[in-house]
Amino acid sequence: MINIFAFNIPFISIFMLMIAAIITPLLPKKNRIPEKLSCYVIGIVAILSAYLLYSLTNSGQSLAFNFSMGHFPAPWGNELRAGPLEAILSLVFCVAMLLSLTGNFSSTAEDIPENRRQIFCVLVNLLTASLLALTYTNDLFTAYVFIEINTIAACAIVAVKEGAETVRAALRYLIMSLVGSGLVMIAICLLYDLTGHLLMQNMHNAIQVILITKEYMVPLIVSVALITTGLAIKSALYPFAFWLPDAHGSSTNASSAILSGLVLKGHIFTIIKIFYRVYGLEVIHLLRMDTVIFILGVTAMIMGSVHALKQNNVKKMIAWSSVAQVGYIFLGLGLNTVAGVAAACLHIIIHACIKPMLFTAAGGLSNAAGHKKGLHSLMGTFYINHWAGLGLIAGAFSMMGIPAFAGFASKLSLTMASFDSPLIMWSLAALVTSTVLNALYYVPAVIVVLTHNKDKNPQKNFSAPAPTTLYKFSMFVFLALNFYLGLFCVPLLRLITRGVNVLL
Amino acid sequence: MNEELKVIWKNFFNWVMGNGPRPENEVEPPEPPPDLPFTQKPKDKFSRFHEPTLRERYEQWLEIHGLHIFSTLYSALSILTCVVIVVLLLTTVAALPPFGHERNPANNEVIRRYVEHGGHETGAQNIVAGLILDYRAFDTFGESAVLFTAAVSVLMLLSSSRSSKPQKKFQRLHIYRNDDTILRAVASLSIPVILMMGCVVVINGHLSPGGGFSGGAILSTALILCANAYGFERVREFFNERTFIVSSSTALMIYALSKGYSFFTGANHIHSIIPKGTIGDILSGGLILPLNICVGLIVAGTLYGFYALFSEGEM
Repeated sequence: MINIFAFNIPFISIFMLMIAAIITPLLPKKNRIPEKLSCYVIGIVAILSAYLLYSLTNSGQSLAFNFSMGHFPAPWGNELRAGPLEAILSLVFCVAMLLSLTGNFSSTAEDIPENRRQIFCVLVNLLTASLLALTYTNDLFTAYVFIEINTIAACAIVAVKEGAETVRAALRYLIMSLVGSGLVMIAICLLYDLTGHLLMQNMHNAIQVILITKEYMVPLIVSVALITTGLAIKSALYPFAFWLPDAHGSSTNASSAILSGLVLKGHIFTIIKIFYRVYGLEVIHLLRMDTVIFILGVTAMIMGSVHALKQNNVKKMIAWSSVAQVGYIFLGLGLNTVAGVAAACLHIIIHACIKPMLFTAAGGLSNAAGHKKGLHSLMGTFYINHWAGLGLIAGAFSMMGIPAFAGFASKLSLTMASFDSPLIMWSLAALVTSTVLNALYYVPAVIVVLTHNKDKNPQKNFSAPAPTTLYKFSMFVFLALNFYLGLFCVPLLRLITRGVNVLL
Repeated sequence: MNEELKVIWKNFFNWVMGNGPRPENEVEPPEPPPDLPFTQKPKDKFSRFHEPTLRERYEQWLEIHGLHIFSTLYSALSILTCVVIVVLLLTTVAALPPFGHERNPANNEVIRRYVEHGGHETGAQNIVAGLILDYRAFDTFGESAVLFTAAVSVLMLLSSSRSSKPQKKFQRLHIYRNDDTILRAVASLSIPVILMMGCVVVINGHLSPGGGFSGGAILSTALILCANAYGFERVREFFNERTFIVSSSTALMIYALSKGYSFFTGANHIHSIIPKGTIGDILSGGLILPLNICVGLIVAGTLYGFYALFSEGEM
């Protein structure tokens, strides 16, 4: 058994973040107090999650526990559930969120006026709370409520930067996201009607009965299809991903980092939970949902990169690359084996660390080039802001899957996982093609950044601001995480596999 | 024959590639500078009349007809998608368990406990209030947080338009006529009644149908009526942006702290000091009454806030 403090950590984490969000509008706006509060609270939650992970791995046999929210036990009241996978994900979400905020601390101040920044902090806290709640929840309706909070907060942090382009992108994002929410809502209603439960475990048992009696098969199939489509729209799986580049490319750097790195991942983990805790691996296989996801994942891997190749704006290029990376995760899920899901979870973690780094680096570089985002205007910016340049190079190498960088670990584990699957040829072909395509657009970006600028008349009255200590520190932690994940991923993967086994 | 074919081919080639053969008297154009950045296209090579290439012609054609074709295709596809979804959902609904049948999967131990033991377990006469504010209070906390999130987001997004003051005055003149005598007379009579009704629905939430969400909506209609009859300035005297933020944050904070205590004691099996009271009394149902008041405040503020922000741009 784990100790009583660790037992309460899921509840304490969610409530601390919610209370921080609620109290922020009442705080004074000066001296960036709201942002500092957010950073401290998210940092504390990260430490708590690390402690939870530590106690779960050292607790012996019982690896997961349920936490009932209130005096009533599970089917009647709400319930949280924490296992190793949930603990790792909440730790990664908090760390990536914290680094996205600290790394872009100065660019946030440039992009957002003071009165908006306070509410930006409210939204960031709510977003983190909703991500943790999505990770820990064991109840489908609670998941839906926090998906709603997540949706509204995510759209608002796109629109927080003033300008016509951001408002347009945010509206597009809002409409697509609401379509997704609506589909999820309909699917949850259908499932409740079929099973009479909202608790994941009880729904799973009721679905097993439906499979035996063969009654109500049509609504069951429709519910799987709707819930997958709804969450796929929200997690930007390829044919539904056209809202993403605008939303992520035009918002402020901190928002881009948070959206690409974390918000998509929260929805993907919800899909994993619903597939494996509500329906179960066999049902998903029986309804051919794994094949659908696999095909969409492969399409996303290739088409995301093809779209990224066409981009000239560096942030939009990175945003399209996110679409390709989401494809990798769905490829892992589509393999429908424990190894595949574990590789997908590893890729969630690695992408959640690398993508914020890339966005933070791109922000720093375009700042060094005088707020220009065109790829060609970044020429030689490595020599102005070394830390940002290093971040972009390490991130690009990681996305290409160069050994010793983080992306290599997840590509390796995805490859290993495909060996157990009948879809091995397709999966390997997609991985190879996608890697080549990734290299096709990341290598030129690296070359441009490293080329000395021979421009005869550089901007005369512009001197790039030196990166702040906070920026350097965040970038250092990002780089350290990148190498740590790339070199020592085996224990992490073992831990994730244990977590996935407990999840199923 | 061969020569003719060659000429036809040449003409076709020229049509596809644009420019025909260069006349002999034309001077060689200067070479473009060697290292242009790779995103800039070199300028046109030929100084004489530029005949469009096939691709350029296609782009021109697309520019003229593209929008029309796109919108036709878009509407056709949207109608098709809607029809498919409607048919799919109707088929699904037809295959669902019949509504209200005793052998439905939804008629299980969960519902039975809510209905049979809801009263004495939560202390609330209204089972729905007991369900949403005690059994599943975490979901309701999330729902209140959704409203709070939406309200602060809208407040943040619309707060930028405050610089354009002259346009505001113009708008206000045209949309709101604050001197309507009939409206004012009716409002002065009905606002107290509506407010009373809202308070009754909120406070009796655990005894009779209603609760924080419905009562809050009623309260907000009183504010909206007041704003329409007497102008937003009058409402702003007692309920402005600051009041809204303070009241919503405080209400949500009370909800979070009190329910957090209840969750904590429940999960750790500690005895909770909150009394349940006698069923049917106004002071019963444990935390349900204060929570209903909190939810009511948030809902009232949010709904009025949306109305004020979208019609006026400020609260």
